[in-house]
Amino acid sequence: MSLTVALVAILVIAVAAGLFARKRANGLRGSGARLNSLPNYHAGFVGLWTLLPALLFLAIWTPIQGRLVDRAVLASTAAQTLPDFAMTRDTILAEARNIASGAIEAGFNPESTALAPVFAEAAARYAAIGGGITILLALLGGYWALRRVNADFRARTGVERVVLSLLVLASLIAVLTTLGIVLSLLFETLRFFRLVSPTEFLFGTTWSPQMAIRADQAGSSGAFGSIPLFWGTAFIGAIIAMIVAIPLGLMSAIFLTQYAPHRLRAWLKPMLEILAGVPTVVYGYFAALTVAPLVRDFGISIGVSSASSESALAAGLVMGIMIIPFVSSMADDSIAAVPQAMRDGSLALGATKSETIKKVVLPAALPGVVGGVLLAVSRAIGETMIVVMAAGLAANMTANPFESVTTVTTQIVQLLTGDQEFESAKTLAAFALGLALFIITLILNLIALSFVRKYREAYE
Amino acid sequence: MNSRAPTRWTDGSMERLVAKRYAAERRFKFFGLAAVSLSMAFLAFLLITMAWKGAGGFTRTEVKLSVDFPRSDLILDPAALKGPESAKAIGAAGLDIMLEQAAVAQFGQGGGELLGGASVRTLGERLIEDPDLLTRRVDLWLPASSKADVAGKGDGDPAIEALLAKTDHRRRLNPTFLTSSDATDASVVGIWGALKGTFLTILVTMLLAFPIGVLSALYLEEFAPRNRWTDLIEVSINNLAAVPSIIFGLLGLAVFLNFMDLPRSAPLVGGLTLALMTMPVIVIAGRNAITSVPPSIRDAALAVGASKMQVVFHHVLPLALPGILTGTIIGMARALGETAPLLMIGMRAFIASPPGSITEPATVLPVQIFLWSDEVDRGFVEKTSAAIIVLLIFMLLMNGLAIYLRNRFEQRW
Amino acid sequence: MNDKTNLTPNPAPSTAIAAAAAKDQRETMGGPVVPEPETKADSMGVHATVFNDPDPSGSIDQDRTPKMTARDIHVFYGDKEALKGVDIDIHDDKVTAFIGPSGCGKSTFLRCLNRMNDTIPAARVTGTIELDGENINSARMDVVQLRARVGMVFQKPNPFPKSIYENVAYGPRIHGLAQGKTELDEIVEKSLRRAGLWDEAKDRLDESGTALSGGQQQRLCIARAIAVDPEVILMDEPCSALDPIATAKIEELIHELRGRYAITIVTHNMQQAARVSQRTAFFHLGEMVEYGKTSEIFTNPREQRTQDYITGRYG
Repeated sequence: MSLTVALVAILVIAVAAGLFARKRANGLRGSGARLNSLPNYHAGFVGLWTLLPALLFLAIWTPIQGRLVDRAVLASTAAQTLPDFAMTRDTILAEARNIASGAIEAGFNPESTALAPVFAEAAARYAAIGGGITILLALLGGYWALRRVNADFRARTGVERVVLSLLVLASLIAVLTTLGIVLSLLFETLRFFRLVSPTEFLFGTTWSPQMAIRADQAGSSGAFGSIPLFWGTAFIGAIIAMIVAIPLGLMSAIFLTQYAPHRLRAWLKPMLEILAGVPTVVYGYFAALTVAPLVRDFGISIGVSSASSESALAAGLVMGIMIIPFVSSMADDSIAAVPQAMRDGSLALGATKSETIKKVVLPAALPGVVGGVLLAVSRAIGETMIVVMAAGLAANMTANPFESVTTVTTQIVQLLTGDQEFESAKTLAAFALGLALFIITLILNLIALSFVRKYREAYE
Repeated sequence: MNSRAPTRWTDGSMERLVAKRYAAERRFKFFGLAAVSLSMAFLAFLLITMAWKGAGGFTRTEVKLSVDFPRSDLILDPAALKGPESAKAIGAAGLDIMLEQAAVAQFGQGGGELLGGASVRTLGERLIEDPDLLTRRVDLWLPASSKADVAGKGDGDPAIEALLAKTDHRRRLNPTFLTSSDATDASVVGIWGALKGTFLTILVTMLLAFPIGVLSALYLEEFAPRNRWTDLIEVSINNLAAVPSIIFGLLGLAVFLNFMDLPRSAPLVGGLTLALMTMPVIVIAGRNAITSVPPSIRDAALAVGASKMQVVFHHVLPLALPGILTGTIIGMARALGETAPLLMIGMRAFIASPPGSITEPATVLPVQIFLWSDEVDRGFVEKTSAAIIVLLIFMLLMNGLAIYLRNRFEQRW
Repeated sequence: MNDKTNLTPNPAPSTAIAAAAAKDQRETMGGPVVPEPETKADSMGVHATVFNDPDPSGSIDQDRTPKMTARDIHVFYGDKEALKGVDIDIHDDKVTAFIGPSGCGKSTFLRCLNRMNDTIPAARVTGTIELDGENINSARMDVVQLRARVGMVFQKPNPFPKSIYENVAYGPRIHGLAQGKTELDEIVEKSLRRAGLWDEAKDRLDESGTALSGGQQQRLCIARAIAVDPEVILMDEPCSALDPIATAKIEELIHELRGRYAITIVTHNMQQAARVSQRTAFFHLGEMVEYGKTSEIFTNPREQRTQDYITGRYG
């Protein structure tokens, strides 16, 4: 019996038990007793307690079962003839697994065909054990719950308590995810730091991530200095993109809130939001296909001979365009929050609209605007596709925007494609970079939020 | 007391100063307008470029070829075309060689360049449809090879263009673009596989992120006590919403692929990863929607004797649902366009057939676009842009739906 | 003047208000403000000694040219007519009060005088308003200069979130009224003195204006308006957000500023109007019902509606 069968079985049992409970409750009501809860709640209570313990067990058993089966097969006599080398052995096991489940007819290695029946037997055995326990739990749960169905039973409270636990569980997923991110990144980073020293990673200026596949390979030393990567990220995301996004975003917000007639604003604001909705892969393609050649030609025409077709300027420009709505939206909110009374006070003194904006409204809205800019920077440096497609792979510490630089996110993608030998420093470096990126964006976000909260004028 | 002379507003110097101030005002207003216009111009430039380059991807060049079946070297039994083994028979028949011969015969040396994988495939389909063709000599309109297609659209090798000019050719809508999957030949390539993969992945994302997001939002807004733990949950959610998407990809790689051993590149794993990324967005939108339901409705329900849980599920949730749905659609639209996390979990491989289930290897449309953008073959440029057009249409529809929902159902209390 | 006698059944209420106003004034001002006795008592036997009118002639001033005139002013918000034909004169040595129930157009009219209604897109103003004989709505009149010459103080104090110094210096800076820092310092000090805030603020000039108390903030706003050297100061219910002591200080300030600026004050506190103004206009439902000397409006109004309002028949 497979686990899917067990799943279906417990669902059926739960529904049956629930219906039975409802009948029982209706019967109680019919014979004159006053029920504390509606029959449906009784049904729900019984159904939940039938299903949930069994489901929980099934959820835990399913991933474990694979490992148990593997262990049983490896311990069997047929497996003693397998080679010691881990990679070959794993391949044979995988093939045996596939043959046993009927996915393929025969594998490349003859041992796998021999191993397949052992696999099938072990899999069937463990599935039976798991399925059996699951159904048993369902029956036990159902029986216990049914016994509690009587007139005084607070079934509704019981059901609501279960629902509340579900709600709490759902909320915990967010914490678990954050924890998962931090732990998995941290774990792999620590493994990385066992191979490459932290000082080299954090302060080194050469990035050349080669790693020997075999110990005797020539040219095996790699350099993992990440400074060029962070420079590239900052150059494209925090400098070039911001030079484009801040003036355009801020002035757009000012125009839309202060000068644009109402109907125009109702149109233009959603249009600006469209800029934020375009997928980044489209921006990347656009940057690589159209913008980069233009930039290169422009660079060559003004005499920059080193102008590359994968320039920082092309990627930065397009990234800036993508970021405009982030800046403009936060600025818009902050400017709109400045009370009209303050604007009136300035206008009544004989100031022009632009003087009012520049000297009264903007200074009052500044915390929000700065917060928006910081969030935009955080978004820009975490951006991947635009730089992967339009910027290059050359770890270059240059201030020339026409040259090619690489970023943290590009390198993460680069390091994790191709052979996934998970022990090598190359793949682990990607996690170290990921951790650094996570920390930096986290700090930026926290600063942005605390800045807004601390300096915002309390307009009552 | 009056140590200052009264202001002479009509003085020449004062008038000049006022004129300068008004000039500054006009300049400032102009800069604002220019900023908005420039942003709109960028958007227009992007959309127009994509549309222009991609429009060609929906059409293909077809070449008229006269094929004399009885006289050709084709080894094909018409009876075999009717049975279940028809595909095998077609595959073994040597259609490509025959076509090349016919092309050379008709167009001269190098004529074989004009036909390619698409031609072979279409011929095979025609023969299965109408095995009678084998007895005749016919003129067939066949889709051209990728090189010829590119030349036909004015962008290709001059030699091929010259060759094409000597033939009878036309442009027609390209149905294979929407029905076939990835391939190495640009003339047969299509986005169907990617579309199916996208659909499955988004389905998994939605099934996971929506319930978890809504339930979390309900808990945090309605039930959670104000203590350190709920603060921690709130802070986590707000931070997760701002984490770069590639970090979720790393998480997916480390946990789902390596630790839990789930199948690589499967919609299941992609959906799990994207669900973790989309869930905070739904929670935040949900909280806003729930907060906007006025307390008077809650009080009314409680006063009738409903329990807290009943108030939430019978009254608050239905009223907050439009806002929640709007936020969900926007979150889904964002997930639809994500590429980086899915690259991390292995959707970088070449998938030649659409996925059969959520555990089979698949690809999604944005990743397909990314993979095609690397191709050298000229023919892929327009296919990539055409795929981008399809993706943008999806995004537009989803965002439009969200805006429509918001305008129609949002109630101002 | 005496024709109202037979129509007023009970003269007592208006006298009661007058007496109460007098009591208020003596208590809060801490001393008698020199009253000019009316040359003749009115038929109700009240000597309007409480009213503070330096103009002893019994009639509305005919030979002085008003600082600002308004003729046939209509204001429309969309289709709704908020002001229906207002005619009024503002004199530069008098305090003019606008009284009337809520929503009757007093503030709307006030905002016409410095063209603040221009900032409301739905508002449309017709009629002629002149400042020193010049039409303020004409293309030649510069609205920016107009607003410096006709200053405004708002109902709720609205200092900028800047330092006290910067709040007052803002106006002179943008209009270029000071050459150099010393001159600017002088203007700031003078404005703060005139607003009665200098002693409290002189050691705190760098502190934020929003850190002051309500009454101090309002005086700061008055100083801010004074700093651009206006000729007219418009005050829109300046004390309605303040406590009685702060109110008293503002009223005292108005008295001191009277000689220098033409002050127009909107108030829905009749006693305050009686205390501070020499001319009063009564607004009702968008019309200006009656305009005259304050003493007469409160003791012997010509219109029934005015009488009804000041006797408290409606609010």
